[in-house]
Amino acid sequence: MKVLVCVKRVPDTGGGFKLTPDGMRVDTTNVGFAVSPHEECAVEEAIRIIEKHGGSSTVLTLGPPAAGEQLREAIAKGITGAILVEAEDYESWDPAATAQAIAETVKPLGFDLLLFGNESADTCNYQVGVRVAHLLELPCVTGIKALEIQNGKAIAKRETKDGWEVYEVTLPAVFTVKEGINTPRHPSLRGIMSAKKVPIEQKRVTKPAPQLVRKALKKPQEGRQLEILGQGPEAVPKIVEKLRELGAI
Amino acid sequence: MILAILETAKQAISEASWETITAACDLAQKTNDSVTALLIGREVRALAPTLSGVSTVLVAEDPQLDSYIPEAFAKIVSEVIKQKSPQIVLAPGTETGNDLMARVAARLGLGLATNCTEFHLTRSGEGQGEVRVTRSNWGGSLLEEVEILSKPILLTLQPHAIPAHAAAGPEPAIEALSPTLTAKEFRVRVKELLRSEKKGISLTEAKIVIGGGRGLGSAEAFKMLEELASLLGNAAVGATRVATNNNWRPHSDQIGQTGAQIAPDLYIACGISGAIQHMVGCKNSKKILAINKDAEAPIFQRADYGVIGDLHQIVPALIAELKRVKGA
Ligand SMILES: Cc1cc2nc3c(=O)[nH]c(=O)nc-3n(C[C@H](O)[C@H](O)[C@H](O)COP(=O)(O)OP(=O)(O)OC[C@H]3O[C@@H](n4cnc5c(N)ncnc54)[C@H](O)[C@@H]3O)c2cc1C
Ligand SMILES: Nc1ncnc2c1ncn2[C@@H]1O[C@H](COP(=O)(O)O)[C@@H](O)[C@H]1O
Repeated sequence: MKVLVCVKRVPDTGGGFKLTPDGMRVDTTNVGFAVSPHEECAVEEAIRIIEKHGGSSTVLTLGPPAAGEQLREAIAKGITGAILVEAEDYESWDPAATAQAIAETVKPLGFDLLLFGNESADTCNYQVGVRVAHLLELPCVTGIKALEIQNGKAIAKRETKDGWEVYEVTLPAVFTVKEGINTPRHPSLRGIMSAKKVPIEQKRVTKPAPQLVRKALKKPQEGRQLEILGQGPEAVPKIVEKLRELGAI
Repeated sequence: MILAILETAKQAISEASWETITAACDLAQKTNDSVTALLIGREVRALAPTLSGVSTVLVAEDPQLDSYIPEAFAKIVSEVIKQKSPQIVLAPGTETGNDLMARVAARLGLGLATNCTEFHLTRSGEGQGEVRVTRSNWGGSLLEEVEILSKPILLTLQPHAIPAHAAAGPEPAIEALSPTLTAKEFRVRVKELLRSEKKGISLTEAKIVIGGGRGLGSAEAFKMLEELASLLGNAAVGATRVATNNNWRPHSDQIGQTGAQIAPDLYIACGISGAIQHMVGCKNSKKILAINKDAEAPIFQRADYGVIGDLHQIVPALIAELKRVKGA
């Protein structure tokens, strides 16, 4: 089995967003970076599949050299190889361009299983996996929360409001993964140390012309007025009074 | 022409599709255009006459289309676009709608702006002006304005962004299409449906949701929140990603960008810092009450009521008081 998993480097903002003065980007000064939880689960799924069926797993990102950090995190958990498609300005790549570059890079490598996140954390386009599948003429199921490989087939489940849809497709195939498919492991110390030595393969592609162009980022309005009900257990009568007022009891 | 792609479920037009019709009609009014709707399925024709406000309904029926078959639907939509040359194609930004439109965009080599919340179309002088849309980023925590350069314009509409309203008008004309589908379009399809048992009140339906975060410290501590929920009646327990990643709760309990989106009357957040990726899942709560030991925690900027202190003291005291009040 040869498994590919694609991840995107995004700011890990936690408490709140600060935008750059031009309003075009999230200000990443003093901010760490992460990948989407969906992609963390895709990484975990790739590792588990290789542990069970043997073979190799490769993590790929299209981004700046600094995104090597996200590739090494995946390697530290158990992914065996990494590809960095260099794009310093990756934030201005639209999903069609990103997909084209990924498809071009991975086409000659012959992967059996290609995993993506259901949507990227920042731009939430819901497209790159589907577009790569189309370019490689492979079947694709999106938003899966269970995956099993059996005799060259993949059985994938998609959660609906009242149950599960079960799909069966012949490999090679593309899946976009949702958080909940598994609980991602933490890297071991040994994993972190040895990940430093794994070489990252660097690739270059020409940027396709964009079809979508970002013009601005803005924050939606948040309008709540905080009323402090008190401190510690002494606040309990106030809480009960408020619950009454709100019709909760 | 503006083409609205509609979803049906259980022989009815879905809520998100009514929103799509509303948005398409609004756009058509602004640009002095007409709306054509597309219905795809095994037996969907009967729904067509109900679509007032739409001038034409295209009906693509095929006995094989008993559920959403991604490639078959994508082929039908792509062919309709090629034949009818709409200016704009709008579909619901649901899981199915985004899946479908991503496939259509890939087939046609076009750009696609998903989960739009606002449209700004300017037609300056001759020909078409700039097309800009506002779309949701970070699950709705940020909004992005994008210009779309490819034509026709492919869009999906963020659910709940625009309230659906009935458009008056004559009954639409109905045009039957006869799609030609091959085995290739059926290589991805549902093989089996599994029903899951529902237990308790679901997170998305509960009037009150009690959320637990890292501050709970253990799976054990969530029992306290369960007890509080049972005392409050129609209440469910939710969690942050820290709690689900620690296996204190199943992922199905997670609230936030990559979890459930809830809109209860009251959300009680216990030991939760208030990270934007969590808050985007509960921002539609009518009221938010936060219990956190750190007065500087960001959740206090996003809550209506705050209690500062150790939840391991406050929650048990609250439970005791509620029992006392209820017993009395
Ligand atoms: C792309 C992306 C998507 C994400 N999606 C989600 C999502 O869907 N849902 C989600 O929840 N998170 C999500 N996250 C993670 C999110 O950014 C936060 O890391 C997470 O929500 C933090 O959870 P927490 O509040 O439980 O933990 P923390 O941030 O660690 O906060 C714990 C809080 O508990 C308080 N506390 C500790 N002990 C006590 C005590 N005894 N009494 C009272 N208070 C106490 C602390 O003061 C602190 O404020 C996502 C992150 C990314 C990057
Ligand atoms: N720059 C990138 N590098 C690698 N993978 C990406 C990149 N952007 C998106 N992806 C993958 O495509 C998925 C869907 O992205 P999107 O279409 O932007 O929502 C993500 O979850 C990633 O798995």
